Amino acid sequence: MSESQKAFEMRGIVKRFPGVLANDHVDFSCRVGEVHALLGENGAGKSTLMNVLGGLYMPEAGEIFVGGQKVSFHSPQDAIAHGIGMVHQHFMLVPSHSVAENIVLGLNHPRFFLNLSQVEEQVVALAEQYNMNVNPRARIWELSVGEQQRVEVLKMLFRGAKVLIMDEPTAVLTPQEVDSLFHTLRDMTRQGHTIVFISHKLDEVVAIADRVTVLRRGKVTAAGESAKGATKAQLAKLMVGREVLFRVVKKKAQPGDVVLSANGLTTNNDRSLPALRNVSFQLHAGEILGVAGVAGNGQRELAEILTGLRRMTSGTAKFGNDLLDPSTKWQEIGQRLAHIPEDRAAFGSVPSLSVAENLILKSFNRVPIAAGWSINSTEVHQNAVRLVDEYQVVTPTVETPVRMLSGGNLQKTILARETSGHPGLMIAVHPTRGLDVGATESVHKILIDQRDAGAAILLISEDLDELLSLSDRLAVMYEGQIIGEMPTEGADIQKIGLMMAGTKVEG
Amino acid sequence: MNLPWKSYCLRIETRADNPGWMGVVSSILGVILALVVGGFVLRAAGANNPIATYREIFKEGFGTLRDWQAGIYALLTNTDCPKGLLCFGPISDTLVKASPILLTGLACILAFRMKLWNIGADGQMFMGAWAATGVAIFLLPKNTDRTVMLTTMMLAGLIAGFIYGAIPGLLKAWLNINEIIITLMLNYVAYKWLEYFVVVGPWSIGNFESTGRFTPSATWPRLTEYSKSIPVLAGLTAHPGIFLGVIAAIVLAWIIYRSRWGYEIRVIGDNPKAARYAGINLARNIFLVMGISGALAGLAGMNEVAALRELTGHFQRGYGFTGVIVAWLARLNPLAAIFVAILFGGLLVGTQLIQPQGIASMLQGVILFVVVGTELLFRYRVKLEKITPSIVAPVSESSNVN
Repeated sequence: MSESQKAFEMRGIVKRFPGVLANDHVDFSCRVGEVHALLGENGAGKSTLMNVLGGLYMPEAGEIFVGGQKVSFHSPQDAIAHGIGMVHQHFMLVPSHSVAENIVLGLNHPRFFLNLSQVEEQVVALAEQYNMNVNPRARIWELSVGEQQRVEVLKMLFRGAKVLIMDEPTAVLTPQEVDSLFHTLRDMTRQGHTIVFISHKLDEVVAIADRVTVLRRGKVTAAGESAKGATKAQLAKLMVGREVLFRVVKKKAQPGDVVLSANGLTTNNDRSLPALRNVSFQLHAGEILGVAGVAGNGQRELAEILTGLRRMTSGTAKFGNDLLDPSTKWQEIGQRLAHIPEDRAAFGSVPSLSVAENLILKSFNRVPIAAGWSINSTEVHQNAVRLVDEYQVVTPTVETPVRMLSGGNLQKTILARETSGHPGLMIAVHPTRGLDVGATESVHKILIDQRDAGAAILLISEDLDELLSLSDRLAVMYEGQIIGEMPTEGADIQKIGLMMAGTKVEG
Repeated sequence: MNLPWKSYCLRIETRADNPGWMGVVSSILGVILALVVGGFVLRAAGANNPIATYREIFKEGFGTLRDWQAGIYALLTNTDCPKGLLCFGPISDTLVKASPILLTGLACILAFRMKLWNIGADGQMFMGAWAATGVAIFLLPKNTDRTVMLTTMMLAGLIAGFIYGAIPGLLKAWLNINEIIITLMLNYVAYKWLEYFVVVGPWSIGNFESTGRFTPSATWPRLTEYSKSIPVLAGLTAHPGIFLGVIAAIVLAWIIYRSRWGYEIRVIGDNPKAARYAGINLARNIFLVMGISGALAGLAGMNEVAALRELTGHFQRGYGFTGVIVAWLARLNPLAAIFVAILFGGLLVGTQLIQPQGIASMLQGVILFVVVGTELLFRYRVKLEKITPSIVAPVSESSNVN
């Protein structure tokens, strides 16, 4: 094939971070009009490679060609000037501004006077061209996550992007929104755009990608293989370097006594708007209750009131014999109540403290870690060595600050801390978000092991596959209410998707 | 246009690794850089040879090798210090200056560890001085035993400082009121409080703006008191205050690095959300840390009046702010603060004779500035990169034209 058909080509890219060779002579190229999936575990170097292409990083070696011409990017502006735009996983939007305002934000022209209605017309025209439905006057905060993503895509198209890099675009979407995104992507490729699709979700890669490039530890293990006819198992093996079991192996649940009984839980969110309305459920020992729902429908607040981070305005929650309310001694019940927080970096860890010190966050006030007024450092060290080994946390030493750990190892550290005390109740919120196949597999195994050991687990997740494969029962939340509950066995994914979007489904 | 310098650009990258030695290096670098910058200022102020000036400052603050040799010889032979030599004079003066600085530095370290920006150590120190004076003059009879008197004064200083630090602590814990503003403003309240009592008010003796000499039992024993048996100690004002600081530093280091409470402080300081997640009581800790930080500063006040042997209207301001600099230069490590405080004590003593008088404060300011600046190098790596002359230049220019 000739050079001109290539949308871009990266040759021999080398990017080094202290102690890590993130990209080791990586070659990567895309043809015009294809969806090219970039696969790899966390830390395989996908994001680094794309940040090089997007102008955020300068490579130590290697060349980038766009349309056959050698280029060198020093900023995202350089990249976009050559038609390469990046849609980040975390949206870069100003919530209180309108769609059109966000789209022109940061553009150099017009210099002084902004003709917003003209921009709005252009946005509408652009959106129609790709069958996207967006109101240019809507404020960002009024939009759903899926709509916000469309704004990000439009922002790049508006700047003339021919190549769109999409970093985990489906992580935050409902199944229906994913379908609609895929339609848009197809429309875009038909009109000559090229998509680089970064994902962990192999099903989606098989569904949308034309070709696949796989990275493992900074090196290409499969370059531009056709995705047609590829199976998940093959791709996973290329990514991880070994066979991966996709089905979670678990025995049938043996539910025991009620561990957590929630009655009419009601509370407000940070903006003092009702977030949780009259939520009641019972959770038994030895079972996993999955909570499905699009983000922002009260799941976070539910987890927060059950773990003492938020006060309920009414209702009761009883954990064994303890009432979970403002009088609860959270530090005392902390070891029996495990909490895998939604944001592991913000809540679950203390970044500058070592792995060993993070592992005692819930137990530092108890013997044997506590010794009088002091902390028994020998015990802290031994505890860490034991847990790091048992939970296979990969860290240079137990004295390494946790901010140096990868997402997967940080999550394993948190799981080690939370589950090593044999908790009776576990609140797990998005426990595998952003983790690679290998780490996800081990997190799932830990959860099932805890269940089998008799823990009652409330699993809040946006990943329906995960919920269906792990939970024994499933509750769907919409606008702060549980609008449906069902056993997982034989559950209909389409029906759950509709319930997540607020449709009450009979039967 | 292709200017040679145009083909280079500076890039700032986050450092993934922060080796421990970098803190020490950047502190030392900060001091050296500050001396260089200060040298230019000294030059501008009329010093022909800034290096000679620094040598003079060092000599005044720490003594020369000959002073030390003579001092040790005199000590061993139980003779007087030879005429013309200072012997232990400089280091004695430096230690006297270092003790309040060390205590206020420790006060700042404790609060800063939890990211509570207590810049009110000055006011807390004033309140400690005031309370200790109250004990010395009014509360206890003049013939009280020295140990009892000094211990009571210490307690008074600690308590007054605790209360004065706990006020902004409570406001922060309950109402989330910014502690920086409150502690800063409370400094001025404390200055006026002292002024009321000593200059115009009830504690002043006549128009002397002073409480008058304390009874001897309310003052630190000085080395010179022992000069009858050890002649070389004659005239030395060094007192046990520095030990107070050193003990406080060791206790504080133990608290921060070894105790359960210190663990809570470090967790809160690094990530208050994780502290809440772990069920740690934030409000109680804010109150306690601010209180104890204030208490350490209050102790500095007690130490100072016991050394001065009176409380006057000219009670030195600024030790609390020097404490902020000491805390940063020590990288919030209590043990390192001991050395930094002695260094600063020497700086204050050494610059006493230098004209213009602001030299010490100027150097302190420059040191803080540079140390905070090198913090940048500590977190980020600055790289000079060559821009491959290709398509980039025309692109950036054309986008400017738009």
